[in-house]
Amino acid sequence: MAFAAFGGSAPAVAGAANRKGGKIVLALLLPGLIYLGLFFLTPLFSLIITSLETPDASGAIGVYQYGFEIGNYWSVMTDYLPQIFRSFFYALLATFFALLISYPLAYFIGVKMRARPMLQRLLVTLVIAPFFISFLLRTIAWKQILSEGGPIMQWVHSVGLLSPDQYFIGTPAAVIFGLTYNFIPFMTLPLYTTLERFDVRLIEAGSDLYASPAKVFRKITLPISMPGVISGTLLTFIPITGDYVNASRDFLGSSKTSMIGNMVEADFLQNLRYPTASALSVLLMAVILVIVSVYVKKSGTEDLL
Amino acid sequence: MAQATSSGADLDLRGIRKEFPGFTAIEELDLHIPAGQFFALLGPSGCGKTTTLRIVAGLDSPTVGTVSLGGKDITATKPHERAVNTVFQSYALFPHMTVLDNVAFGLRQRKIADPLKLAQDALNLVELGHLAQRRPQQLSGGQQQRVALARALVNRPSLLLLDEPLGALDLKLRRQMQIELKAIQIEVGLTFLHVTHDQEEAMDMADTVAVMNKGRIEQMGAPEALYDRPKTAFVSKFLGQSNLFVGAVVEENSNSVSIDVNGHKLTVPKARAEKHSGKIAIGVRPEKANFHEDGAPTASSDLNVIGPGEIIDIRFTGVSNQYLIEIPNLGQVTVFAQNIGKSPVTELGAKVWVSWKVDHAFGLADLPTSSEK
Repeated sequence: MAFAAFGGSAPAVAGAANRKGGKIVLALLLPGLIYLGLFFLTPLFSLIITSLETPDASGAIGVYQYGFEIGNYWSVMTDYLPQIFRSFFYALLATFFALLISYPLAYFIGVKMRARPMLQRLLVTLVIAPFFISFLLRTIAWKQILSEGGPIMQWVHSVGLLSPDQYFIGTPAAVIFGLTYNFIPFMTLPLYTTLERFDVRLIEAGSDLYASPAKVFRKITLPISMPGVISGTLLTFIPITGDYVNASRDFLGSSKTSMIGNMVEADFLQNLRYPTASALSVLLMAVILVIVSVYVKKSGTEDLL
Repeated sequence: MAQATSSGADLDLRGIRKEFPGFTAIEELDLHIPAGQFFALLGPSGCGKTTTLRIVAGLDSPTVGTVSLGGKDITATKPHERAVNTVFQSYALFPHMTVLDNVAFGLRQRKIADPLKLAQDALNLVELGHLAQRRPQQLSGGQQQRVALARALVNRPSLLLLDEPLGALDLKLRRQMQIELKAIQIEVGLTFLHVTHDQEEAMDMADTVAVMNKGRIEQMGAPEALYDRPKTAFVSKFLGQSNLFVGAVVEENSNSVSIDVNGHKLTVPKARAEKHSGKIAIGVRPEKANFHEDGAPTASSDLNVIGPGEIIDIRFTGVSNQYLIEIPNLGQVTVFAQNIGKSPVTELGAKVWVSWKVDHAFGLADLPTSSEK
């Protein structure tokens, strides 16, 4: 992975031994390739086919036939435009907040706690501790904690942060809060693994070379920890865009906070509009793919990933 | 912002003491380094030399005491505001930048015009101009060391700090870098403070050497003076090797002091002895001693003679042989003899006497501890 560019890639000493090694490598790869073919490529292909289906001639609800209905894509883009934009907007904000909270946390655990390895391990465990409880339960717990009549909301109303007729649950803020909360460990862990290896002597070298602490962070610490920032933001941004739990009415959202995931869920499970749901899924995947490629390219860290 | 100068500045450390939780790294330290000097701080690991350097760089602050540079008190000045640059032991090159950007880093922070041109010149000075676009990880250890040197030198600091920068290099490269470093120092005329545990390196390069031990400077002076007249047992053993003998003073006149070591009378010139009474230690360098196979030479006021003893070990080191001689009631004595004729000159088990000129002996201010004997 890291610094692949400097690894002096595959030396050109190919010979009989190498070709034999190639066969072993292929044999070892085979189970993985079969798995990917069966459980990734096949469903993906099926999803794309479904996304192009047309309603059955009989007109029965939930029954479709093969077609090449590109129009499905146009209709989801017009019908679900607000949800599509909302998904990316929420994902952007939640990723930003998660980064804001996770970076100092990961820096503290990975750099400041080096002198105390026991405490460091305990803190890393605490970061992943929430995973021991289902995230559905945790999100419901937040709904309870932040519900009207609870101590927190009573306080919020009493100091006038929200007027008496305003709720918190069901608002975009509540959804973004939930998304940020649920995905913080995915941001913290990659940042931690990068910062844990960070050579603090470089900070001293930077300050020795006339850089103020702020400059040292901007010119040295941040660029060197960029691989962690990139993988952390990807690991949060991508799943958040497709998340349908936090924004759902049953959890922290309302009908006004629906994201792409909620639309896919509704179309697949309630409205039985399989082609629409599939088209929306494929669209989401394509947009994320484009955004991620541009992002990785722009950040100039392809060789660090 | 720090003002870089084109010439060196005086460094003054006054009453420095540094305590860390649980131990004291520097007991008490006073040091003056005149501008333009190559000054070496020599000592074993844990003696406080690196802490001293970090205090000068501003990376650690002294518990008490002041640091002045060019007559200005900089004790409270932040590291990035000091006109001091460091060549770190680990080099600490920025892995995400090219070699050229590494060298230009300090210039850019101070917004010096045309940083890349100056950085390229500095790289040319250390003969790495052709590797400017490489990443540090793509260079060898010796090349990285030179980049670190260029990165510090390019800022023309008043004072350049070197923290065992040659420690990781192999002997040949190390030798070559020592010569280059000294040449650069003479060329640019900056003040160098070099921290090292390598006594040969310190003696070879420095104008002045300060030997540190247990958080204090034991002795300071020109390398030749330190070697010729070490004042403590530690210095006599850390800077080169010494044969030390402990005995009570039995004779003292206007010129010399003599001690008795189990029946052997050893004399040292009064001017070369720190103490003139009581129990004292006298030493001589192994290369200044000779051994004699064919009978004892006559001891006189000019010559110390001990023996007979037996050669119990001979070590061949190329230019010389090191003979270890066990003398009954006196202990072991080391003698170096140049391999001019046949080598070794004599054989294991040979019966010999050892002599040296009284003028080559030195008297110490302290007594060797059991491990220094």
